[in-house]
Amino acid sequence: MPETIPRVPIRVKVNGKDYSLDVEPRLLLVDLLREELDLTGTHVGCDTTYCGACTVLLNGASIKSCTVFAVQADQGEVLTVEGLAENDKLHPIQQAFADHHGLQCGFCTPGLLLSTLQLLAKNPHPSEQEIRKGLAGNTCRCTGYQNILKSVQAAAQGGRT
Amino acid sequence: MYSRPFHYHRAKSLAEASALLAQLGEGARVLAGGQSLIPLMKLRLASPAHLVDLNFIPKLSYVEKDSKTIRLGAMTRHTDIESSAVAQEIPILKDCAAGIADVQVRNRGTLGGSLAEADPSGDWGPVLLTLSTQVRAVGPQGERTIQLSDFFVDAYTTSLGPGELVREVVVEIPPKNSGGAYLAFKRCAPVYATASVAVQLTLGDKDICREARVALGCVGLTAIRPGEAERALQGQTINRTSIEAAAEAARAAADPQPDMRGSAELKRELVGVLVRRAIVIAVRRARGERVEGGHIYA
Repeated sequence: MPETIPRVPIRVKVNGKDYSLDVEPRLLLVDLLREELDLTGTHVGCDTTYCGACTVLLNGASIKSCTVFAVQADQGEVLTVEGLAENDKLHPIQQAFADHHGLQCGFCTPGLLLSTLQLLAKNPHPSEQEIRKGLAGNTCRCTGYQNILKSVQAAAQGGRT
Repeated sequence: MYSRPFHYHRAKSLAEASALLAQLGEGARVLAGGQSLIPLMKLRLASPAHLVDLNFIPKLSYVEKDSKTIRLGAMTRHTDIESSAVAQEIPILKDCAAGIADVQVRNRGTLGGSLAEADPSGDWGPVLLTLSTQVRAVGPQGERTIQLSDFFVDAYTTSLGPGELVREVVVEIPPKNSGGAYLAFKRCAPVYATASVAVQLTLGDKDICREARVALGCVGLTAIRPGEAERALQGQTINRTSIEAAAEAARAAADPQPDMRGSAELKRELVGVLVRRAIVIAVRRARGERVEGGHIYA
């Protein structure tokens, strides 16, 4: 009989909403979001800390949610792609990606949106090189990155992060 | 992917963490930034029965400076070092902190975790070996100070004892006429470097090199200090001849293994190129110029 691992109570705020639940210690933050909270906008790509599809903000810092345990988000605040738009109005970064064809299949897009949000929060007017470095932790297999770059530049010129 | 099940322990202080580790024994591991450990656990290359989480211990993240030293808390994230005023003053620290993996990993990964993991491809080892660096550790027997050169014992092995944890890293501020550079060659952002080189030079009268420290990463079981390369620079004018002699000595001292990142020949060649470039940047910085360094992508 395998030994029982006690679950751990956590409180976490996701997109402004409070949640209290008991989690298995090995539950990853991305699986908390997708499986327990039904927030499937955050994607699992490589599952090996490479591709950045699972990027969310934890306490204002972009992280790969496949490489953080849910118990570590206890007492914290998480922002996912579902928390970007206000009612039916897209966030300016989302609108810029839509306007400039910054996505094709869209699988990597939620992570790229959150990485862009992080970049522009710290550096509202990044150079091309700074954008490339700021998004280097997000892999896109479709676009060749040129239209992503244009989208981020447009979002930065929009002056809103 | 799920790791094997483990018991989760949230330490409220380093003393408590240390006591927990001593009590839980071999099956327990420390969770700092988790950017190496969690992937290893998911791949089941590591399957600790217990994790002791340091992330909720207060006051372990700081970069503080006095007249002679910089003190960095064990849980200071790479991002926080990158954006610190100290990193602006000592560019080799910025070279390293700003280029480790990618933004998301730098937002989680910690200095103490990186040193304690002692990965042969870790970035902080070679950088801090070219500065005078000490590790302050706490354990069941109390606190002690370890010279960084005595800290790395082998690949993934440090001189920390059972239940002993890094509390703080203390770096001596290099003199005014000293300059350093860290260059790491990598295939893309999220991966480990293929080869890396740190150089710290102190210039004396007539630009003669008074002290030289060189360290190589990714080309041995631990970071390597190539003594011959340092001696090729010390007491010499830094010119084409002395730079080439140092690069040649560094190539000879490297002990690279072929892997998915490249052949042994490629890595040895990279060491020579990076040593040459890092010396040039270090000299210019020692003269007060602002020059870019850091990670180079293929």
